[in-house]
Amino acid sequence: MNAPATTTSMPSQSADGDKIAVKDLKFYYGNNLALKNITLGLRTNKVTAFIGPSGCGKSTLLRVLNRMYDLYPNQRAEGEVLLDGENILNPKQDLNLLRARIGMVFQKPTPFPMTIYENIAFGIRLYEKIAKSELDGRVEKALRGAALWDEVKDKLSASGLSLSGGQQQRLCIARSVAIHPEVILFDEPCSALDPISTSKIEELIDELQENYTIAIVTHNMQQAARVSEFTAFMYLGELVEFGDTSKIFTSPSQKRTQDYITGRFG
Amino acid sequence: MTDAIAPRYGRRRRTDKVMLGLCWAATAFGLGWLVLILFSLIWNGASGLDLAVFMEMTPPAGSTGGGLLNAIVGSLIITAIGVAIGAPLGMLAGTYMAEYGRYSKLASVTRFINDILLSAPSIIIGLFIYGAVVVPMHGATGIAGGIALAVIVVPVVVRTTEDMLLLVPNPLREAASALGLPRSHVIIKVAYKAARAGLITGVLLAVARISGETAPLLFTSANSPYWSVDPFHDAMANLPVTINNFVNNPDPNWRRLAWAAALIITFAVLVLNIVARVLGATRAPK
Repeated sequence: MNAPATTTSMPSQSADGDKIAVKDLKFYYGNNLALKNITLGLRTNKVTAFIGPSGCGKSTLLRVLNRMYDLYPNQRAEGEVLLDGENILNPKQDLNLLRARIGMVFQKPTPFPMTIYENIAFGIRLYEKIAKSELDGRVEKALRGAALWDEVKDKLSASGLSLSGGQQQRLCIARSVAIHPEVILFDEPCSALDPISTSKIEELIDELQENYTIAIVTHNMQQAARVSEFTAFMYLGELVEFGDTSKIFTSPSQKRTQDYITGRFG
Repeated sequence: MTDAIAPRYGRRRRTDKVMLGLCWAATAFGLGWLVLILFSLIWNGASGLDLAVFMEMTPPAGSTGGGLLNAIVGSLIITAIGVAIGAPLGMLAGTYMAEYGRYSKLASVTRFINDILLSAPSIIIGLFIYGAVVVPMHGATGIAGGIALAVIVVPVVVRTTEDMLLLVPNPLREAASALGLPRSHVIIKVAYKAARAGLITGVLLAVARISGETAPLLFTSANSPYWSVDPFHDAMANLPVTINNFVNNPDPNWRRLAWAAALIITFAVLVLNIVARVLGATRAPK
């Protein structure tokens, strides 16, 4: 948790302060190798951004971290992903418990077809038996945490689908936060949102890192520069460069990183 | 330049007019028969409708008066049995195919067989149930008729359930899984909820489909002139077979009741279809 003095550019080894350590990760879609020996760490209570052109594997990497790929056939991962030192790629890993610890927010807002209140309460009830009054408190806290409370407090029984896109996305963040995960994964959370909603979500991410370890995939390089402490640049399934965001964006050590950041390709 | 195009353009416009006219004519031809059928049904059926139709039993040939009460109640019971057996089976199978077994061989084989069942002649289903249920039970019963109708319900509900669940976007399932929800909760609490209107519509359409079926009932529930509400022991009166029996008879009273029965079924199916439509329309996110 000290200043990341050891953070070097290429390729960064995982350090002790890492919530998640990815080691020699390979990922296959069928026979197609999509991630090539990825090794990096997600520092506890920091924001790490994954950038790179479409198809570089950054979303794939994110979906390995909560084993979302397990929903689909013919997708498999090799290597190690250590969450607090335990390998989550272990076939014995309970996926539901894992996903309760690692929340995820998607590109398109995905409110459930139920009321705003239920959208939040639903996940809490699944793992905890708590009284109605306490549940009300938890829902409010989650909505406040996602900077949505003031906009929805008078219509908690309205459908989650009645909200605007930006509000829906904050509802999804509130829903993730409500069950007290340890890590939150953001998969291009702002790509379907207008600039005002985007800046609200970015502020939120900034606040959330106080309590959560965060990984964010983004196509927007300014966004990566604004919200993250560390940045991983990926290209064609490889981790090209990983290090301090400030260094990646000002003096990258790899030419490919520089080319991408300055808009020469991608 | 326009001089060169003009003749060709004129020809296009004429072709367009002719084709459009043909389309209109084809539509009018198809709709015309429907209107004629409905018109003659209402014309002949409405005059046969009176309160006694809903109060009295089917009369013997050659008498006057009488009604369809036993056939109406029998039809309701048989249809209810058919849906009660067929809809849950169909929904479970459809759920398997769309959720758990989406990428499995078993699902694609089931889908193929289901499509065959969907287009199986209903008389063959009736014959099959005759052999499988009526013969061992030593006689036609309401339950046999209900089971025959269930065999028709299953493929319809399997198909609509699968289709409706496939319309639920995957990100919604992923989002639910990402909260740590077990698969069963993802399906019941999220996917079913998102597809609810479509699922109900599918069941209603299946009800509409079987409420007019005659062939599967001919040898399974057969027909009865009596008040018959015990589905396990006796033949059970029902509207379609009553129509079938009454309409071929010279007795004008029977023919009047056959028209009335046809009108009742048609009206019931119409109402079901409208309800299904309204429910289907509310599916659009608001």
